Amino acid sequence: MEIGLNHYLILSTILFAIGLIGVMRRKNLLMLFFATEILLNSVNISFAAISHYYGDLTGQMFAFFVIAIAASEVAVGLGLLIVWHKRHNNIDLEQMSTMRG
Amino acid sequence: MFEAIAFYLFAFLTIAMFFITVTTSQALYALTALAAGMIFISAFFFILGADFLGAVQIVVYSGAVMALYAFGMMFFDTTRDVKEKKGNSFIIVGLSTLAAILVLVIVGVPMVSDNITALYPITEGVGNTQAVGVVLFTKYLVPFEVAAVMLLVAMIAGIVLAGKKMDLSLTKMSDAEIRDMKLEKNKKVLS
Amino acid sequence: MEKYLYIALFAPLVSSLFSALFVATPKKLFTGIVASSLIFIAWVASFILLIDVLSTKEAIHVEMMTWIATGDLYIPFGFIVDQVSVTMMMVVLTVSTVVHVYAIGYMDHDEGFNRFFSYLSAFVFSMMILVMSDNFAGLFIGWEGVGLCSWLLIGFWIKKESATWAANEAFIMNRIADLGMLIGIFLVYWNTGTLQYEEAFAAMPGLDHATLTWMGIFLFIGAMGKSAQFPLHTWLADAMEGPTPVSALIHAATMVTAGVYLVIRSNELYTLIPDVGLFIASLGTFVAMFAASMALVNRDIKRVIAYSTLSQLGYMFAAAGLGAYWVALFHLMAHAFFKALLFLGAGNVMHAMDSELDPFKMGGLGKVMKGSMIMMTLASVALAGLFPLAGFFSKDVILEAAFAEHHFIIYTVLLLTAGLTAFYSFRIIALIFHGEERYKLFGFHPHEAYKFMLVAMSPLLLLAVIAGAFRTTFFSMVEEILSATEYHIHSHVTFWVMTFGTQIFVVLAMVYAYKKYMSRDIKFPDGTSEMENSFKYKLLINQYYIPYFYENFFVKPYRELSRVFWKEIDQKVVDATVDGIAKVVYTTGDKTRVMQSGNLSTMLKWMIAGIVILLSLAVVFGLAARHSGGALVLPGLGV
Repeated sequence: MEIGLNHYLILSTILFAIGLIGVMRRKNLLMLFFATEILLNSVNISFAAISHYYGDLTGQMFAFFVIAIAASEVAVGLGLLIVWHKRHNNIDLEQMSTMRG
Repeated sequence: MFEAIAFYLFAFLTIAMFFITVTTSQALYALTALAAGMIFISAFFFILGADFLGAVQIVVYSGAVMALYAFGMMFFDTTRDVKEKKGNSFIIVGLSTLAAILVLVIVGVPMVSDNITALYPITEGVGNTQAVGVVLFTKYLVPFEVAAVMLLVAMIAGIVLAGKKMDLSLTKMSDAEIRDMKLEKNKKVLS
Repeated sequence: MEKYLYIALFAPLVSSLFSALFVATPKKLFTGIVASSLIFIAWVASFILLIDVLSTKEAIHVEMMTWIATGDLYIPFGFIVDQVSVTMMMVVLTVSTVVHVYAIGYMDHDEGFNRFFSYLSAFVFSMMILVMSDNFAGLFIGWEGVGLCSWLLIGFWIKKESATWAANEAFIMNRIADLGMLIGIFLVYWNTGTLQYEEAFAAMPGLDHATLTWMGIFLFIGAMGKSAQFPLHTWLADAMEGPTPVSALIHAATMVTAGVYLVIRSNELYTLIPDVGLFIASLGTFVAMFAASMALVNRDIKRVIAYSTLSQLGYMFAAAGLGAYWVALFHLMAHAFFKALLFLGAGNVMHAMDSELDPFKMGGLGKVMKGSMIMMTLASVALAGLFPLAGFFSKDVILEAAFAEHHFIIYTVLLLTAGLTAFYSFRIIALIFHGEERYKLFGFHPHEAYKFMLVAMSPLLLLAVIAGAFRTTFFSMVEEILSATEYHIHSHVTFWVMTFGTQIFVVLAMVYAYKKYMSRDIKFPDGTSEMENSFKYKLLINQYYIPYFYENFFVKPYRELSRVFWKEIDQKVVDATVDGIAKVVYTTGDKTRVMQSGNLSTMLKWMIAGIVILLSLAVVFGLAARHSGGALVLPGLGV
C-alpha cells in the first residue's frame, strides 16, 4: 500500500499528542524535558515528510535547525535544573510555585 | 512494499517507545526509551531520503543530547520512584486527543496542502548531502552562523551554571601562590 | 452716539463687578455710593440718547460683535436704541437710580450690603441687555439674566427659609414659561431664518396664519411667566420676601414689565394675529380683576401692593392685546414711577415698624411719618387714576380703547377693577396712616426714614404727578414705529360721560375706603369676627386656594416622582449597573487568578488548552474561507 504524506502526518500528530500527554502529566522536571524532546521530534518527522513529498529542501533545513536549537536548549535547561537542585534539593514541579500570582 | 513494512514497523516502535517515556515511573527506563525513540525516528528520515538529516539526528540527538541527559541524571537519585500527583487524567488525555484531532483536520481536509509550492526544489541526480550543503551554505547561511553563535552561548551558559570553584584561576596565580594553596589543602586534610 | 449706548449698557456691569469685589467684607458705604453713581451715569447717557432719538427720529443701531455664525445661523451681539427701547431704558434707569440711593439707607444695618449692590447692578445690566438687544437671542439672554438676578435678590436673606423658597418658586415658574418662549423663538427662526427683529418681522406677513398664531402663543407664554399672568402668578406675591428695594425695582417697574415689552416689541407679529391679541386682552382683563379681588382683604401691605402690580400688568396686557401698543407702553412708564414710589414708601413704613407687615397693627402713623404719608397718598391717587395725575392719562385711554373697539365686557370689567383699585389702595393708606394709633398697643416705636431717602424718592413723586403731561410728546415719538391709533369715541357726549363717570366712581370708592378704615372703632381682626369666617373672605385671603392647589396637585406628585426616580431608578438601576460592571471585572480577575497558581504543571495544561482553542479557530476560519470562496483573506494559512 502506498505510503502517502497523510500517513506521516498522522504519525506525527500521534507522537505530538503523546508529547502533550507527557508535558501535562509529568511532575518531575527532568521527565518534562523528555516530553519536550518528543514534541520536537514529532515535528521534525512532519517537516521531513513534507519536504520529501513536495520536492522542497526547505523542510529538511528547518528540521536541521530544530535539532540544533533543541541541543542548545537541553544544555541550558539542564544547567538551570542543576542550579535549582542545588538550592532546593528537589525538582518537584508542585513545589516550584514562587511565581504564584 | 518494503517502504510500507518499514514505515509501519518503525511507526509502531516509535509510538511504543515514546509512550513508555511518558508513562513509566522509573526515570532510567524513561531515558532509555527516549534514546531508542530517537534512533527509530532517524530511520524515518532515511526512509524519506533525508540522509543527512538522519545522520545528524543520530549523532546529535541520540549521541549528544542523550549523553547530556544521562549526565544530568547523575545528580538525582534515580533509584527513587518518580512521584506523580494524581492529576485529572481525563483532562490530560482529553486535551491532547482534541489537539491531535484538530491538527489532523487541518492537514487532512485538506486546507493547506493544496497550495504548497516548492521554493527550493530537489534536483535529481545530486546526492542528498550535497544538495543540503548547497542550500545550507547559500540560502541559509545567516541562520547557520547565528545557530553557531547560539550554540557557543549555550555552551558557556552550561559551564557557568554547573561549574564549581570558578573564582580561582590557576593560570593567573604565580607558582608561589599555587604551592601555598596546596599546603593549605594538605593541612586541612591532615588535621 | 454709540459711545452713549455703550456707557448706558456697561456702566451697570462695571458697578456690579466693582461691588462684587467687596462681597466678603463688611458694609462699606462707598460701595453703595459708587454703585449709585455709576447707575446715574448710565441714566445721563440714556437721557442723551432720548434727546437724540426725539430730535432725529432715527434709531441707533450697533453690532458689537458676532456671537454665533454657523451655517445659516447668524446671531450677533447687536443693540438698537429706537423709540420703544429708549423709553424702557429711561424707565429702568430712573427707577434704578432712585432705588440704588434708597437702598444705601434701607440696607444700612444689613451685613450683606456690598453683595446687595452687586446683585442689584447686575440686574440693571441684564435688563439693559433685554431692552436694548436687537434680536431674540439677546432678548433671551437678558430674560434669563433678570430671572437669575431676581432669584438672587428675592432670596437675598439666605438664612430665611421662606425667602429661599419664594426665590425658587419665582425662578422655577419663570423657567416653565421660558420653555414656551424658547419654542416661540425656535418657531421664529425656523420660519423666517433669522432672529433679528427687523428681518424676522419683515418676513412674517408672508407666513401662513397658523404658524403665526403658534408663534404668538408661545412667545406670549414666555411673557406670561415673566409678567406673572394667570396661572403663573403665584410667584409675584411670594416674591415680597425679598428686601423692599428689590420689590420696588424688580417687581414693580422693570422685570415684570419685560413681558409687556416683549409683546410691544413683537407688535408687528401680533397685529397679524388679532385673535391671539384678543385672547391676550381677555386674559389681562381677567388677571386685573382677579388680582384686585385678592388685594381687597389681604393683611400684608407689600402683598397688597404686589397684587396691585399684577392688576396693572393685566391692564397693560389688555391694552397691548387690543392693539393699543403705545398706550400699553405709556401705562408701563407711568405705572413704574408711582408703583416704585408706593413700594419705597411701604419700605419706609416697614423700616419704622421693625419689618411688621400687618396694617392692622399700625395706624395713625401719619403724625410721625409725614413725608412718607404724602408720597404714598399721592402715589395711590396716581394709581387710582385721578385727574391730573399720571394714572389718569394712561388708564383712561385703555378704557377708551376698549370701548372704542366695542369690547364692552372688557371695558366693564376694567372699569370695575379701577374702582376696586382705588378702594384697596386707600384701605391701606387709611389703615396705616390714619385713625387710631394701634401700634402703641404692640410696642412699636416708629420714626421717619432718613432725609436722603426721602430726597431720593422725590424724583419719582414728581414724575408720578407730571408724567401725564408728556403724553402728546410720547405719542409723537412712538408713532414712528408703533401702530399709532388715536382712539376716538364717536360722540363727544359719550366721551365726557365716560370720563366723568369713571372719575366719580373712583372718587366714591376712595371716600368709602377712607370712611370705613379711618374710623376710631376699627377692631383688630383676630379670627373671630363674622366677616373673617365668611366664605368669600376665606376664598380671597387664601388667594382662591390656588397656591394650595399647586402645592397638592403639582408639587407633591412631582416631589414623589423625583423621589421614585432617585431611590428606585437611579440608585437601584443606574448605580447598580455601573457598580455591577465594576464588580464583574473584579470578580473575573479574582476567579481567574487561580490560573496563576505558580504551579508549572497547571500552567502547562492551560497552555495546551489555549493551543486547542487556537487550533479550533484555525479550523473554523479555514473552513469558512474555503467555502466562502475568497471572501476572507487569511494569508497565514496559505488559503
